Amino acid sequence: MAKELPAAAWDGFSLRRRRDVPEGLWMRCQNCGAMLYRKAVADNFQVCPECQQHFRIDARTRIEILVDPGSFEEEDEKLESADPLKFKDLKSYKSRLADQQKKTGLKDAVVCGKAFIKGRPVSLAVMDANFIMASMGAVVGEKITRAIERAIEEEITLIICCASGGARMMEGLVSLMQMAKTSAALAKLDEAGGLYISVLTDPTTAGVAASYANLGDIVIAEPEALVGFAGPRVIWHTTKTELPKGFQTAEFVMEHGFIDMIVQRKDLRDELARLIDYCGK
Amino acid sequence: MANGSATTGSSGAYLEFEKPIAKLENQIEELQLAQEQRAQTGRDFSEDIKKLRASLVSLVRKTYANLNAWETVQVARHQNRPVVADYLDMIVQDFRVLHGDRRFRDDKAIIAGFGRIRGRKVMIVGNHKGRLLKEKVACNFGCAHPEGYRKAQRVMKLARKYALPIVCLIDTSGAYPGVGSEERSVAHAIAENLSTMSRLQLPIVCVVVGEGGSGGALGIGVGDKIGMLEHAYYSVIPPEGCAAILWKSGEYAKEAALALKPTAKALLKLGIIDDIIPEPLGGAHRDPQQAGLAVENYITRTLRRLCRVPVDKLVERRYQKLRIIGSLTDGSIKLTNEKPTKKTAEKKKTKAKKKAAKNRA
Repeated sequence: MAKELPAAAWDGFSLRRRRDVPEGLWMRCQNCGAMLYRKAVADNFQVCPECQQHFRIDARTRIEILVDPGSFEEEDEKLESADPLKFKDLKSYKSRLADQQKKTGLKDAVVCGKAFIKGRPVSLAVMDANFIMASMGAVVGEKITRAIERAIEEEITLIICCASGGARMMEGLVSLMQMAKTSAALAKLDEAGGLYISVLTDPTTAGVAASYANLGDIVIAEPEALVGFAGPRVIWHTTKTELPKGFQTAEFVMEHGFIDMIVQRKDLRDELARLIDYCGK
Repeated sequence: MANGSATTGSSGAYLEFEKPIAKLENQIEELQLAQEQRAQTGRDFSEDIKKLRASLVSLVRKTYANLNAWETVQVARHQNRPVVADYLDMIVQDFRVLHGDRRFRDDKAIIAGFGRIRGRKVMIVGNHKGRLLKEKVACNFGCAHPEGYRKAQRVMKLARKYALPIVCLIDTSGAYPGVGSEERSVAHAIAENLSTMSRLQLPIVCVVVGEGGSGGALGIGVGDKIGMLEHAYYSVIPPEGCAAILWKSGEYAKEAALALKPTAKALLKLGIIDDIIPEPLGGAHRDPQQAGLAVENYITRTLRRLCRVPVDKLVERRYQKLRIIGSLTDGSIKLTNEKPTKKTAEKKKTKAKKKAAKNRA
């Protein structure tokens, strides 16, 4: 029999401890336990200088790290969900959305726009795991689809930095259908000969993994990012078998043939530029 | 027989909300026994039986006309509900099963092959839940591994070569969450199917006959027309899973089901499915033959229409249909199928007329 999983270590999406950057001047790396000066971590792209643990970052920080300074032009920033099901659990979806919007300063879980990466024009979409676990509802699906359409129209490279807990259940089947919608748009991009680079960050799972995250011409992942379809806890409960070591880490998934390369955050910008030069028009 | 259809087929497997129906059926049964002993007792119950039968029919009709989402989920999972294999037996002639994904193995949770429906040659792909326990285990209770989705993709591409329309029959609680599924990336397999099916130059008809379990169902569920049996359900997450996350306990599955609105009626309103296929009185499990006929009629009718449309147009329409699901205008939502109310429609008409008049002037 497999051992019961330690409950405290689970945040709903990963067996490992959360990797958010805590508040304060100093912080402790949850992976290696080193005391770190916050600014030193920020200067190191929010990566632990001691153990290279990649902390989760919000969409704005990621864009800042990736694109040429000042080149990002945001699009569709005002789109927000209209709560098609009038969903209510212990809390209404409307109020949940309002809380999240206040907390993150975003309208929904993805930031899209056009930018330059080392002078190369791209259509960029970056998901933000702080917003209801970057789950995909109508807004995320629509914004991603528009980003794809921009890439087709303007014949530029599409880059999506994925992170998601899956489809947003508060929007019911409307959110499931966003998987089909985005995948259909990507099929069009493919027919048009456009390049799509998918960047998987911690965590990329479920509905997003089963649509655009896995459809990249090139699939890149950050070290140790959780990448998978079903949550490890669900799998453990269904199969009652011990999960293999490193299960659902980017390294594990690359070993099994579904990721092209694992790139350190500090090298991501250079790597993207190089790849675009090989494939871009 | 018309009366009988409400009583047969449900033997011993009543759902919670069917208790009044069960009570009435028992009463009828008892009276029937008494009636058989008429010779000894000298009492005639035939009138009473007739009356009770009539009220049973109206009770079943009333109950099933007003099922809530949670009751619908239970009907869709009913142990006697016909599964895809039953529908194949009833509506497909000369079914030639094709096995294997040519990459890893044959996943029995998805059944695929050539067949004829009312004489029309088609390629069929369906979730295979199985009927008896042995078969259920062999096909993993209809929960497919990546191989199943890759098999589906393979046969669809084969169908493309010979211009055979595709019929997808959906009935699964979801893709299988296991170690092997992850190692061979079921997410990748589903994603590929979504993009392939969205551009496939063939008519595709999908019918949700039982459970539509999130990505596992969508993985063979992109098409030109999506039909759904009246008491089937189609949900982004199983109600139990949703309850466990949002209500912190699986016991709130009923509340979750009500909130998720996974019923055919609600989905038609949202513009996600195209048609509701009516079920026989009291659900498909009370009269599988009738349900089979309804599905057969739907598929035949729909294919006849789709085959008339030029393929390029079909594919573009399929894209546009997906494209507008959950489309938003900045700040406000505009869901499909929300037909303009009469007033606004009239207003639009008069506006257009005025404009036309102006242009003429």
